[in-house]
Amino acid sequence: MATVEKDAVSLGVTKPTMSPDLIVQVPPGVPAKEMSYQEAIREALREEMMRDPSVFLLGEDIGKHGGAFGVTRTLYDQFGPERVRNTPISENTIAGAAIGAALVGMRPVAEIMFVDFSGLAIDQIANQAAKLRFMTGGQCKVPMVVRMPQGGGAGKSTAAQHSQSLEVWYAHIPGLKVVFPSTPYDAKGLLKAAIRDDNPVVFLEQKFLYSFRGLVPEEDYVLPLGKCDIKRQGSDVTVVASGYMVWHAIAAAKQLEQEGISVEVVDVYTISPLDEETIGRSVRKTGRAVVVAEAVRSYGPASEWAMVIIEQAFDYLKAPIVRLAGRFSPVPFADSIEKGFWPDTEDVVQAIHKVMAY
Amino acid sequence: MEISREMILEMYRRMVRIREFELAAIDLFKRGMVKGAIHAYIGQEASAVGVCMALRKDDLIAGTHRSHGHNIAKGADTKKMMAEILGKETGYCKGRGGSMHIAAFETGSLGALAVVGAGIPIAVGAALAFKLRGEDRVAVPFTGDAGCNTGNWHEGLNMASIWDLPVVFVLENNQYGVSTRITYSCKIRDLSLRAQSYGIPGVRVDGFDVLAVYQAAKEAVERARRGEGPTLLVTESYRFEGHYAGEPEVYRDRAEVQEWRKKDPIPRFRSYLLEKGVASETEVAAIEAEVKQEIADAVRFAQESPQPDPATAMDYIYA
Repeated sequence: MATVEKDAVSLGVTKPTMSPDLIVQVPPGVPAKEMSYQEAIREALREEMMRDPSVFLLGEDIGKHGGAFGVTRTLYDQFGPERVRNTPISENTIAGAAIGAALVGMRPVAEIMFVDFSGLAIDQIANQAAKLRFMTGGQCKVPMVVRMPQGGGAGKSTAAQHSQSLEVWYAHIPGLKVVFPSTPYDAKGLLKAAIRDDNPVVFLEQKFLYSFRGLVPEEDYVLPLGKCDIKRQGSDVTVVASGYMVWHAIAAAKQLEQEGISVEVVDVYTISPLDEETIGRSVRKTGRAVVVAEAVRSYGPASEWAMVIIEQAFDYLKAPIVRLAGRFSPVPFADSIEKGFWPDTEDVVQAIHKVMAY
Repeated sequence: MEISREMILEMYRRMVRIREFELAAIDLFKRGMVKGAIHAYIGQEASAVGVCMALRKDDLIAGTHRSHGHNIAKGADTKKMMAEILGKETGYCKGRGGSMHIAAFETGSLGALAVVGAGIPIAVGAALAFKLRGEDRVAVPFTGDAGCNTGNWHEGLNMASIWDLPVVFVLENNQYGVSTRITYSCKIRDLSLRAQSYGIPGVRVDGFDVLAVYQAAKEAVERARRGEGPTLLVTESYRFEGHYAGEPEVYRDRAEVQEWRKKDPIPRFRSYLLEKGVASETEVAAIEAEVKQEIADAVRFAQESPQPDPATAMDYIYA
């Protein structure tokens, strides 16, 4: 992959390392505009706030400042301090207040500045939001979204407490939905779906992807929660990936096309509930699988996907599954030791070669 | 403050209802019929009733693991409550919650959250919604004394105070968090002083005196309803039973408990009713007899009700 440009402006603003042409999701002829992943999220928030007065935002520094990554920039000017509500640094009460508002009919969208900080909010998210409906026998619903930037990216790590990928913290909790888009198109459609959903949704944003661009339709659309998306059809090997790793999978697939290897890429853009059927169907077709996640290796999402493949497609496997994941270490700071922390395109290429050669 | 005779008698009825309900629940527990634990509210009845009688039906309470009393004070049906304690489909939570999670949304509830302090942020959020929509409703989270040392509590009071939200934070000082005395876990003795840190009124009231609690709650609720912001209301009482029914209570002397039991809010209120001529002995006895019968009926209803159908085990996880 291309080398990373130095970030010259602020958190989250980098030059994309991959071309928007790599993943094109809008058919020719459909009115669309190119925008970044960050802009797509902002437009989803804006449109839902315009559509539904019960939608409001709360979080740290999301007002004039626009949030740590600028996602909510301009929304404060448009909707004002009541609906774009700056909070004190109180993660648990940000999440809890979203629950309370949701219980009485609002559709709050809370922002936790970095997923790493959500440890401070995990009781409200995992014990309260996730369980209220169940433990009250269905007397209530909790339609809320918690947006959390997560993850790193080559040369973009901000060390151990600002770069983790923690989707499994939430995917392990029944009652939560966990969404993790990889493209601007998906980010917009999935966030709109998350806001309209009647369940608590943890919406993870890969912060290295904020600057990545792609075509987004001008018309209103939502994408289904609880599904995987086939980002590329192929017949020889399935790569199951999410977030930034989808881009590496697609880049690897393009590269291997020249060698005559046909790669199918399954994007797990809803982490939970997991669409096991789509993963199973793909691997039953290709007979080979590579699972790629940015989260650290042990007990990570890639491990879950591999198990799904074993349950759903064991008899079809022509080679052992290869798992690629983050190194089982806190995220380091220095470039020299950050290098190799996350899988990249070359790792995916090698993994595919390995399953093909078995 | 003028309180109607009808309302005063309803306060007494609800206090007796809580007491009889708890005694029946403990009895079922001791007979091995209740899974888990019963966290009894005995001794604190005046707190829940004084607060909830000051609320409208559309005001919302957030409960705790010890919320049988809060539910009854807000008007919940004791049949559905007892059925919940026995894990029955006819319970408020269809047997999914049990004693610690009984919540009657039909009477104005935000749930019963059994992680100490967890109801605080949730009530703050409900109050924020009321304010955003211009409604004059109030949210009332209950916590025990031990709850005031949680991050939830401090974050929640702060957030409600900066936005002047309609919340009445009721801190029920029953002197113990499980086995730990509040005098050990807090440096200050008057917990209402903590309100000063948040620039809001802090009120401390005798939690054995239902009329005193009602009056203090009424003022705090009206203040919140007028849009003037939250209040911390500390009700001082005592947990007559152990942390849960049958708990060994190795951390306190029986003499201490006996001394506090002399302050029992129910005989005290009963004497008040008779001395002030609010009701006759016959009328008071009739209330007690009716409540006893109601609770006996609730126990029978709960025992005769079915458990949830195993085929419904995956219901209510997602909306």
